[in-house]
Amino acid sequence: MMETFQYDNKIVRNFAVATVIWGIIGFLVGLIIALKLIYPEFLGGIAELTYGRLRPLHTNAVIFAFAGNAIFLGIYYSLPRLLKAPMWSAKLSAINFWGWQAIIVGAVITLPLGITTSKEYAELEWFMDIAIALVWVIFGLNMMLTIFNRREKHIYVAIWFYIATFVTVAVLHIVNSLAIPASFVKSYPIFAGVQDALVQWWYGHNAVAFFLTTPFLGIMYYFIPKAANRPVYSYKLSIVHFWSLIFIYIWAGPHHLLYTSLPYWAQSLGTVFSVMLIAPSWGGMINGLLTLRGAYDRVRESPVLKFMVVGVTAYGMSTFEGPALSLKTVNAIAHYTDYIIAHVHMGALAWNGGLTFAILYYIVPRIYGVPLFSKRLANIHFWFATLGILFYVIPMYVGGIMQSLMWKEFTAEGMLRYPNFLETVTQIMPMYILRAVGGTLYIVGALFAVVNLWKTAKSGKLIATEEDQAPAMDKTVDVRPSVTKRAFHRWLEGKPALFTVLVVVAILIGGIVEFIPTAMVDSNVPKIESVKPYTPLELAGRDIYISDGCNNCHSQMIRPFRSETARYGDYSKAGEFVYDHPFLWGSKRTGPDLHRIGGKYPDSWHYLHMRDPQSTSPGSIMPASPWMYTRDTDFDILPAKIRALQILNVPYAYGKGDPAIIQDAKTQAEQIAAALRAQGFSDADANKQIIALIAYMQRMGTDIRNAAIVPSK
Amino acid sequence: MIKQVLNSINNVELYPIITLVLFVVFFFSMIAIVVSMDKDTVSHASNLPLDDKEAV
Repeated sequence: MMETFQYDNKIVRNFAVATVIWGIIGFLVGLIIALKLIYPEFLGGIAELTYGRLRPLHTNAVIFAFAGNAIFLGIYYSLPRLLKAPMWSAKLSAINFWGWQAIIVGAVITLPLGITTSKEYAELEWFMDIAIALVWVIFGLNMMLTIFNRREKHIYVAIWFYIATFVTVAVLHIVNSLAIPASFVKSYPIFAGVQDALVQWWYGHNAVAFFLTTPFLGIMYYFIPKAANRPVYSYKLSIVHFWSLIFIYIWAGPHHLLYTSLPYWAQSLGTVFSVMLIAPSWGGMINGLLTLRGAYDRVRESPVLKFMVVGVTAYGMSTFEGPALSLKTVNAIAHYTDYIIAHVHMGALAWNGGLTFAILYYIVPRIYGVPLFSKRLANIHFWFATLGILFYVIPMYVGGIMQSLMWKEFTAEGMLRYPNFLETVTQIMPMYILRAVGGTLYIVGALFAVVNLWKTAKSGKLIATEEDQAPAMDKTVDVRPSVTKRAFHRWLEGKPALFTVLVVVAILIGGIVEFIPTAMVDSNVPKIESVKPYTPLELAGRDIYISDGCNNCHSQMIRPFRSETARYGDYSKAGEFVYDHPFLWGSKRTGPDLHRIGGKYPDSWHYLHMRDPQSTSPGSIMPASPWMYTRDTDFDILPAKIRALQILNVPYAYGKGDPAIIQDAKTQAEQIAAALRAQGFSDADANKQIIALIAYMQRMGTDIRNAAIVPSK
Repeated sequence: MIKQVLNSINNVELYPIITLVLFVVFFFSMIAIVVSMDKDTVSHASNLPLDDKEAV
């Protein structure tokens, strides 16, 4: 018997609007920080708008606001249509929508205020993390219940990718966000140093995999066949693609930590799986592109397909580049440089951006019941976007390699050719300018899309509910493999709960195999006896360093290369980071590494440098931080912070709420300030943030001096 | 360092074997399942996105 039901297009429209608005905002913040690298004084002197705080806002906005809303847009449109069932609950859909927007607004407020964990793409603090987990579970619940109440027995491949997205992101987010709050706006992650780094990059890499890849592959598997009006090239290939991708992806995280203090075996495992990853990735790309075989003439006609084809091709390029960058020899050159910035923008602008604009151009005319306002304008957008991407990534590739080679160049006498880091920065300034041009082109193109989609919507009327008919699912048909011959996978596809469990198993294996031995490191690696916890003042300084996002441009991880030990000092050891909650190794060197900065310059140098970086380093593109000289260090919170760290087994001798904590911090601050005043800096004030920051910077990487390395067991 | 880590795990030699077995079993069973799928199932599944009244 046929049943009649309605699809909710209003929620689809809402996500489309949110995608476009947040997209433009995220791109604009990106342009602002690109301009800040060219003109450091642009919007300068304001803590809330400093580079280190805006960069996480940019990455979070484009990943979670732009791509995030695009994912929901694609899922809320395709899932009900593939299952022949409306979303299970319109109320949950609405909570999903408004909850997600509220979280984004929260990010727009908290990140510029310096409320951050410093962990990349997981910067939001603990109270936001809880909100994210709740909204994500509501989304997943709504999706899974829709699947359980479907009319179509078979679950199409796109939906497998959606299921994998939901469960994996939930696992990643929760594990990586485990923290002990010290106050409402500050928490310390439960892991430290090497373990924190491994968990963070297990998360960071798989956020790329399961937030920016699998949901978009699901979108690809639904919308390419729709737009080309032909089934996917090979359904069998899509099964292989799915299972091998999710199984292998989860292992690859350690490739973000090659040559660091992470144990060697974990690095190698990460490399091996990263190289294998090319097979399923390219399998997926080929499956997408070959769907269009014999229909390439339609690509010329359809802006939707144009964006799809460039997007999927860029996916292929990025997933070739990824394994290449995981080889240690390549990584040695590319890591910490703008090459990685180019790599991620190839993925973000072309793959995520391309697919997002493709489905916007596909969905909006359909839910408004009119043709697209202007195909011509969409084509112009396509060319602006494509040229913008090229102008963005090519200079960054060139600049990245150029700078890296300069870092590594020695003279015939065996000295660094460019001992001053700044020389390598000024050389790539033209590349930064070209990148800003590319970004601008991309934004202009996106603005054309805004106009086009707006005009399209204006010319039609939202079809708020769309009627469809399908027979109820016949639950009496026995499709067990023993009954229906040779149909195991089909049977599995009819069992969403079992299917989901298998997905969880597949994604947990890699994480567990890598993490458990590393978690045991605590009792196994040689401890460095001289490494001690930070003093209360240094801890306050470290939290200012985190709050202002210094780690966005400065690494604290000297790799064991001659070029790095000659430039920065002794290479970094795992045992040095045991009290680092969180680790601050960084992933990009826009400025030099800081792990051995302690004691390198006098306090007075830092005092001058933070106020006006150009005064000590002519030509520097580091922003000035004048607020550090007017804002007070928060001494009162230190007992709560020390308490939180004690819970995490950092061996402080202080008692609970010990007044000595604040006293010790103030004494140390006064010593530094008094010494500065004696040198003629009459305004040096022990209560100001700059003093705490200097205390931290002078401590950094110094504990290991004169240390004997003794195995603890 | 790595030697100390590995030596401290009991029966460490089993780990790579278990890992390899898991890996091989996973891929071979996947390939076997996919190869043995029948044509009707595959064609029904791959036509699901197109199976509606919507004009393209």
